[in-house]
Amino acid sequence: MTPITPQHFLALSVVLFAIGAFGVLFRRNLIVILMSIELMLNAVNLSFVTFARQLGTMDGHVAAFFVMALAAAEAGIGLAILVMVFRNRATVQADDLTMMRD
Amino acid sequence: MEAVLFYVFAAMAVLGALAMVSLRNPLSGAFSLVLTMVALAALYAMLSAEFVFVLQVLVYAGAIMVLIIFTIMLLNLDEHELKETPVSVPRFVVMGAASAALAAVMIRALRTMNLPRAVTDETFGSIEGIGRMMLGKYLYAFEVISLVLLVAVVGVVLLARRRV
Repeated sequence: MTPITPQHFLALSVVLFAIGAFGVLFRRNLIVILMSIELMLNAVNLSFVTFARQLGTMDGHVAAFFVMALAAAEAGIGLAILVMVFRNRATVQADDLTMMRD
Repeated sequence: MEAVLFYVFAAMAVLGALAMVSLRNPLSGAFSLVLTMVALAALYAMLSAEFVFVLQVLVYAGAIMVLIIFTIMLLNLDEHELKETPVSVPRFVVMGAASAALAAVMIRALRTMNLPRAVTDETFGSIEGIGRMMLGKYLYAFEVISLVLLVAVVGVVLLARRRV
């Protein structure tokens, strides 16, 4: 088996990011869209950490930490909005939320 | 050995991600996403990023996923509410092609990328090193992040509070 290079890790990061992007485009359920965004943030974190190791500086680890903190804030706000939307409109489907368009 | 571990965890991560995107029930999707997060944590450990590994398990696989699963259970969606309007075949093809093209372009760039050889000592990725960076070089960003989290907490309480 070929030895594992940083390109392997980066390729995995790319694949996960593409799956997350597909989830955001394809799914209509707001919860799944939120989770897909989390997946994309995770994929970016993986490439941050890979580059940090490759360049021998820990800046990438700090960047990953900041991304995690922002992801936590984003998840909290996103889920609060979701709960509020569900309370007012009784739906979690993005297609049903057209009040800004109508 | 390293290669075997990498492929096992990479497969776990990709399978979890695919399941999350394709499963209809968001609760099953959330548990598949936990699998992805744990696999990624293992990969961080392989990249000698101890601190990020601990954070990934605590913050992502722990806190954020618990929050998401808790919300899903709180909403308690029934069959009717889970029903999604189906995506038409041409749109599905366009979305799939767009994501695949995104991946193809980046992987193509990776193949020609020339990375320097990794030089790391055993203190690399240690909590001490990261702590020094956060309270030194990145002090302002660190303070701003704490402000962002505070605003998020206040915002969430205001948004999700029941109107009295």
